[in-house]
Amino acid sequence: MKEFTEEFGAENIVIVLGAAEGEAAGLAAETVTAGDPTFAGPLAGVQLGLRVYHVCEPEIKDEVDPQVYEEQISMMEMVLDIDDIIKEMTSIREQYCKYN
Amino acid sequence: MTKERNQHTGFVSCHRPFVYLAKTERVFELYSVVKGASYFIAHAPDMVVNNGTTQTTQRKADPYAEYLTQLEKSLRSYEDCVAYLPNQVYIGNMTPEELEGYALPWYEQKALGAQRKGKYGEIMPEDEFIGMMKICDVFDLVKLEAGFSASVKEKLGQHTLIDASQLQVFDKPSEEAELRKLIDKEHAEPIYYLGKIVGCIKAAHDIDESLSAHVIFENIVSKASCVLSILHLMDKTDVDKDEIAYVIECSEEACGDMNQRGGGNFAKAAAEIAGLTNATGCDVRGFCAGPTHALLQAASLVKAGLFKYVVVAAGGSTAKLGMNGKDHVKKGLPVLEDCVAGFAILVGENDGISPEINTDILGRHTVGTGSSPQAVISSLTAAALEKAGLKLTDVDKYSVEMQNPDITKPAGAGNVPEANYKMIGALAAMRGDIQKAELADFVKKHGMVGWAPTQGHIPSGVPYMGFARQDILDGKISRAMFIGKGSLFLGRMTNLFDGVSFVLQQNSGKGQAEAVSEETVKKLIAQSLKDFAGHLLQE
Repeated sequence: MKEFTEEFGAENIVIVLGAAEGEAAGLAAETVTAGDPTFAGPLAGVQLGLRVYHVCEPEIKDEVDPQVYEEQISMMEMVLDIDDIIKEMTSIREQYCKYN
Repeated sequence: MTKERNQHTGFVSCHRPFVYLAKTERVFELYSVVKGASYFIAHAPDMVVNNGTTQTTQRKADPYAEYLTQLEKSLRSYEDCVAYLPNQVYIGNMTPEELEGYALPWYEQKALGAQRKGKYGEIMPEDEFIGMMKICDVFDLVKLEAGFSASVKEKLGQHTLIDASQLQVFDKPSEEAELRKLIDKEHAEPIYYLGKIVGCIKAAHDIDESLSAHVIFENIVSKASCVLSILHLMDKTDVDKDEIAYVIECSEEACGDMNQRGGGNFAKAAAEIAGLTNATGCDVRGFCAGPTHALLQAASLVKAGLFKYVVVAAGGSTAKLGMNGKDHVKKGLPVLEDCVAGFAILVGENDGISPEINTDILGRHTVGTGSSPQAVISSLTAAALEKAGLKLTDVDKYSVEMQNPDITKPAGAGNVPEANYKMIGALAAMRGDIQKAELADFVKKHGMVGWAPTQGHIPSGVPYMGFARQDILDGKISRAMFIGKGSLFLGRMTNLFDGVSFVLQQNSGKGQAEAVSEETVKKLIAQSLKDFAGHLLQE
């Protein structure tokens, strides 16, 4: 992601996550915005501030062909706590995203 | 059976003789059955410290890490390991339903009346298991010091499944100086018990990394836990050892040398020590899906009439000991991944009673299936059931990755079986098999809590086989689906995931009805000859 950001520019990158619950999604989102919270790996201390969404958030869902979404995602949408994921993702974006 | 008129004689003849046909068609028509299952645990806290990869890699990175200091204070006693509720379920002293009655965390509770031995196997203390490693070593690579040898010889002498002749290996112990030299100068891997060196495993070659002491250690642990699983299986089923024709081993280790690193054959090596004199066999690999692949192969070999009895077995893994230890220690939990586990399952010709492996209801994650959870779970459940005209609700219990949530939840990996059941339930709701509001009920009714040690292939579908067999025999359920999934991408040869599944079902009873007596065969032959004569007369 760091390489892509350098190659294409941070303003042109959108990260789409598929984590199974809010906390994990939030950690991944934090990694690509404020930097790796565990201070490990190439994004430790690197604040990319990228746009980041979970695949079940309406911003992404509305961009996807409904039939493909039905085939690939709808089952997990039923299983996941979408409200919790949206809450977590929104919070991270509001705090650290540089491109909204 | 097709008939044709012989051009020269004008007789109508059958392609195959009647008796042959009757026998083979009976085999082909009837599914293989599960005759029994066994489960084994070796409590291995010293191996957690010295052989689990989380610990060995930490020691390489920082030998003074606080985790390593804290780790030894977080190890459980053997008594606590035996009294651990999920372990009592694993060996059959408690049922999954009973475990469900206990709220998490389970490590804070103890099973009342916990026992070392259970309906399906046992929980062995580490010293005896090290002794079993010595018994399983046929290349004099396991060296044990005198006091320890004498002690385990006496203990294993009391074990009902160990033959007295196998105890002779303890009569030639090693001197402390010899052990020290092997460890310090010849790259031998020390064997610890209660924190002290009691022996070592020699490297089997000076240079060959595939035969290094580290690899031999892993492989002998795997072999020994496989052997004990097979011994328990043979003890708990009514089939004689001599009747076992084939063994399929399905762990995740590889044995071989530098020219054939995964050459095998754990199956035959374990069969030898377990005394299955008439068996050959081979190893089947598929990461965590290995056991399910192996069961399908065993079921097919028996159904096709090649062998009457096939054992599917696997030992455990030292590498995975304490895999989530850092999280457990950090949160003040005991290190719960202190068990080397194993299992063995006996697949046999249809006896008209035992539950059948329905090889016509097969779930397969294929190369083209895709990797979204929806595609994966559909291919392994609904797609297979639909072909057989069944709904997701027609399966009474699903046995998925039965990982113990007491271990995985504190490590941030969630409740693995529950996540699987939610996905199957959601799929059922999408397909109209249930209402969306019934999802939670579906999970409760068709699911179970997880109880298996987190040793990769060990929790994968197979832990329920013993209970499923009993539940079906008792008429509590009529159909269970076993799902094995494997993370193939870990081997870096493909990005793909894998999975297979099958249904275990109540016996149709046909096997019993068609288990023909000699007299019935004679009558059938007589009837056949009579019919044939009738045809001749009509010519």
